Amino acid sequence: MLPTIPYVRLRLHLNGIIDIKYDFFSVRTDNQGGSLLKWIDYQAPESVADAVKILADSNGNARPLAGGTDLIVQLRVKDPRVNAETVVDIKKIPELNQMDYDKSGGLTIGAAVPLHLIYNNPDVIKHFPAIIDSASLIGGTPIQGRATLGGNLCNGAPSGDSIPNLVAHNVVATVAGPNGTREIPVEDVCTGPRQTSIDSNELLVSLYFPNPGDGFGANYIRFIPRNEMDIAVAGAGVSVKISDGKFVDGRVCLASVAPKPILVEGSSKALIGQPVSDEAIQKAAEAARDAASPISDMRGTAEYRKHLCEVLTRRALNTAVERAGGK
Amino acid sequence: MTTKTHVQTTINGEPVDFLCEPRQSLLECLRDVIGLTGTKEGCNDGNCGACTVNIDGRIVTSCLVLGVEAQGASIETIEGIADGTNLHPIQLAFLEGAALQCGICTPGFIVATKALLEKNPDPTEHEIRFWLANNLCRCTGYDKIVRAVQEAAKKMQEA
Amino acid sequence: MTTKDYDRNVVLSTQNDFKVVGTRPVRHDGVDKVTGRAIYGADYDASGLLHGKILRSPHAHAKILSIDTSKAEALDGVQAVVTAADFPETADKTMELGEDETKLRDLRGNILAKDKVLYVGHAIAGVAASNPHVAEEALSLIEIKYEVLPSVMTTDEAMADGAPILHEDQTTEELGNDSGIVSNVAKHFQHIKGDVAEGFKQAEVIVEREYNTVTVHQGYIAPHNGTAFWSADGRLHIWCETQGSFVVRDSLADLLDIPVSMIRVTPTEIGGGFGGKIPIYVEPVAALLSKKTGTPVKIVMSRKETFEGSGPTPGSKIKIKVGATSDGKITAAHAWMAMEAGAYAGSPVGAAAQCVFAAYDLENGLIDGFDVVVNKPKTAAYRAPGSPNAAFGFEQALNELAEKLGMDPIDLRLKNVATEGTRRVDGPVFQRIGAKEVLEAMREHPHYQSEKKSGSGRGVAIGFWFNIGFDSACNIALNKDGTVNLTEGSTDIGGSRTSIAMQAAEVLGISAEDVRPSVVDTDTVGFTAVTGGSRTTFATGWAAYEAAQDVKKQCIERAASIWDVNAENLQMEDGVISSKSDSELKMTLKELGAQLSDTGGGITGRASVKPRGVGGSFCGNIVDLSIDEETGKITIERFTAIQDAGKAIHPSYVEGQMQGGSAQGIGWALNEEYFMNDEGRMTNSSLLDYRMPTALDLPMIDTVIVEVANPGHPFGVRGVGEANIVPPTPAIANAVYDSSGNRITQLPMSPVAILEAFKS
Repeated sequence: MLPTIPYVRLRLHLNGIIDIKYDFFSVRTDNQGGSLLKWIDYQAPESVADAVKILADSNGNARPLAGGTDLIVQLRVKDPRVNAETVVDIKKIPELNQMDYDKSGGLTIGAAVPLHLIYNNPDVIKHFPAIIDSASLIGGTPIQGRATLGGNLCNGAPSGDSIPNLVAHNVVATVAGPNGTREIPVEDVCTGPRQTSIDSNELLVSLYFPNPGDGFGANYIRFIPRNEMDIAVAGAGVSVKISDGKFVDGRVCLASVAPKPILVEGSSKALIGQPVSDEAIQKAAEAARDAASPISDMRGTAEYRKHLCEVLTRRALNTAVERAGGK
Repeated sequence: MTTKTHVQTTINGEPVDFLCEPRQSLLECLRDVIGLTGTKEGCNDGNCGACTVNIDGRIVTSCLVLGVEAQGASIETIEGIADGTNLHPIQLAFLEGAALQCGICTPGFIVATKALLEKNPDPTEHEIRFWLANNLCRCTGYDKIVRAVQEAAKKMQEA
Repeated sequence: MTTKDYDRNVVLSTQNDFKVVGTRPVRHDGVDKVTGRAIYGADYDASGLLHGKILRSPHAHAKILSIDTSKAEALDGVQAVVTAADFPETADKTMELGEDETKLRDLRGNILAKDKVLYVGHAIAGVAASNPHVAEEALSLIEIKYEVLPSVMTTDEAMADGAPILHEDQTTEELGNDSGIVSNVAKHFQHIKGDVAEGFKQAEVIVEREYNTVTVHQGYIAPHNGTAFWSADGRLHIWCETQGSFVVRDSLADLLDIPVSMIRVTPTEIGGGFGGKIPIYVEPVAALLSKKTGTPVKIVMSRKETFEGSGPTPGSKIKIKVGATSDGKITAAHAWMAMEAGAYAGSPVGAAAQCVFAAYDLENGLIDGFDVVVNKPKTAAYRAPGSPNAAFGFEQALNELAEKLGMDPIDLRLKNVATEGTRRVDGPVFQRIGAKEVLEAMREHPHYQSEKKSGSGRGVAIGFWFNIGFDSACNIALNKDGTVNLTEGSTDIGGSRTSIAMQAAEVLGISAEDVRPSVVDTDTVGFTAVTGGSRTTFATGWAAYEAAQDVKKQCIERAASIWDVNAENLQMEDGVISSKSDSELKMTLKELGAQLSDTGGGITGRASVKPRGVGGSFCGNIVDLSIDEETGKITIERFTAIQDAGKAIHPSYVEGQMQGGSAQGIGWALNEEYFMNDEGRMTNSSLLDYRMPTALDLPMIDTVIVEVANPGHPFGVRGVGEANIVPPTPAIANAVYDSSGNRITQLPMSPVAILEAFKS
């Protein structure tokens, strides 16, 4: 008798085996949430200082509004984690709209720059082409007219497609608060589902992509059941740096397989110092699989997601190596 | 609590002022406040594309834009695609190619297609499908829509 | 035409002697729809319009202990709140709702729950307020106390011993008799032909397997909506998106206990339906709110409400046993089918029974059907309702049988194919049908003849929908410029205004453009049944044909009177009336039109029909696909749909039906499902997570229209709306087997399910 794949089995995971301690992505499960915005106040400051003051004066009840493609939906469904009485439109602040490729070979992208401006930017295309991997697949074309990398990061979804990509690029976030600005490595921004290390009285100003130097290649890929318009069942953002046929650096960051995007130390260990080879890549992929701690939900089972981590990491590393000129 | 904001925009080339609450989306403003009901609502969370409009040269889902954010913006909706009584080549291609059935998704597809062909006058089938992946159609299976976009591209290049 | 010459879309025409029928004019309502001018239900506006919202159950099954609306009523801007208590109490009766029957009590209970809620999303109360934001805020102020009850979500759970019971007064109808047993099984029926036990004894090869499908939604892009105005003169006017304005009128009359003459329903343009916009949901609530406020009230569902509070098509369990002799003659077949009705009785299992074996001439057949209530939304029609579920089972079993017999799967089907005179297992005897011609076109199609790409799998399947006739009415008035105005009552979801107008044009010998069709309200045209059952072009087209014949007859009579000759000596062709004997006597319709007023007044043709010569339609698919073995993801590489249209009035819109049905079937096969959590709540009630195919998920869908004229229609029309959604799920499953050697018996064939199947 050939097997059948029971739907019941998927439900059993939900019923018994898996205890859902955190709600991974879904802002759409609350039946009482409704579909329209409740009352909000709207402010559109024109300086970082003014924006920070509004945020600080709001006692945690204000949220920055960039593209709004997550925030407006969350406010409509009354996501309890995103309860804002004031939205602060940050698109009129000059620093948040900058795209600046500097002499050192680094790139600054303001927190409010929409994705379409990023993937059409000549400096991005020339110097940081791999960021286009995620910038061009978040939502569809009209979403990319509004959505931002800054918003994707601050939204703190474990499934945020750009976050592993930013982590792989060693991006540093500049955050302004009442006590001035501070810099945070991007891998330290997300702390849990929809939780970040950026305080409610702070504002993400920009993301800095340091010059990766020669021999660098990166890639982000995700798995979705459709070909577009979907949330990653799992995603892998990777980068490698190759010198003399050896990996001198390697970073693997996974989406959708833990309460936050995770930078996999074991993958870096498996790569760094090793000759560029299928074996090293496979070991890094297996380390990614082992590091994942996903849940089962409507988008996939835990077991399936772990498996995908291996597949996606391997495929992404192969592309990154190719881009680094290593193959 | 009932304070309304005065928003000044240009819609389909004409200056349009309106009053709205911050909680009203641009889609609600277009439909309920201004009376331009050609822009449709299918999901109200950015996933169906029926509410696609062009703001300052870029398509967006108007359900995910606040009306107050449109201050100073130039907005193009389906009502502004034809030149008076002369249909746009995209509209003609959809009509002649039977690229619509119920028609509810059609305004979004046409607004999105116009933006595509302005950016890329000769797109491949894959580029068309990728660009339009945020616009759901449940009637046609997309076959005749993709062909209509190809036909419109051809006609516009010939023109 | 030889098959080698096939272009992507082909009409295998049997009748070419028409001037309008079979051409591809631009649809009459097209310009309004490409310019944003067409008014859909949610676009309707009225002076003093209030906005309504509906409170829905968070529980899958619970007793309502109390409802307190006082705080909601006190909110600024709230004009009225209604609950089930606002419905008049009337005796129960059975109602015909287009393709379905339902009990008045069940319909009322589904629109506003009274004592119990039976699914998450079940409507409980309606609020009307000055704007929708206020109405939504008021919902959160309505206090309801529930006693939560255990729920059942599948037929297995609902049919189990000791299962929680949804309706304490529902007893199983067992083979036509009331069993007296209280159960979630509303009905068990059987169709028997021949002797199945004896047939299986003769079989040399037998395939037996169980298949399961889950709830899916029609996925129309416009959510349900309706505006009601209950005027001071007692008349109720409704504007809404519906597949049947007269169904809305008649249902409201029963629900509100007022005569049909007091209700006028104006159908707006409709943003998709696929069967799901036959039942009513928000219209009665808007009516009750309007009665309380004296102003028009509009209710538009959200997308989440549309998933949770309208009618999807059911999950099901299908068991198939089929046997054949070694030469491929099927000796017996048994289909056991249990389908989820949702919260109230009335799943499409009855229709499934009419379709499951319909393509085949079986000597011995047995069908068991079970209609089972579960704690999910009441199911509604969805494009050939029930038939895809059944075909997912039987059309896979046939491929398995073909493999065991070493036969080509199309040859096996052709060997057993139903033809004119075949008696179906469920009783009816076929008139002329096109099953054989569809299968032959599949076998000869260049797609089937081509080599598969390396690594690809290929699958085939066919499907059936019986189509319906029902009532239609049409009026045609001659204008003084020789054009005509045509009024009809079939709401136009996909170009039917034009396919109906074309049939009138053909009769009158004028162009399609010279017929101006309008879909009008229930005060303005005779009773017309739903746009459903693939009946519109067939039946309302027939009404247009008859009305046009009436106009033609009157035109000839008028010309005869003008010329003072015998009408029998006159003819009308190509829009010109002429004498058969005197070549001098000629008059165009335009010339006649100009004289109407002076020669006795206008000419109006009319017809009301209820045609019986319904011809069912068969559709076949050939699909090539590849599977990413590491992720389980299926890519559809090539897809061909071949359907018998009888006669394609407007081939572009026939192709459109075939392509649209194929796309919905592909979505059903690959990724669409109601993902229910253990509390009975749908967790993916958005168009992000309910994964309907995007443009990027589909290839071009090639079509072949086969024309085997239906003898029961003046132009041979069968109706093409539905059969095309039936074959995709089994064809894709058969292709997955061809590609991988794994037989998938569970929908959807999502990546995770495919990979798990491959592993075990």
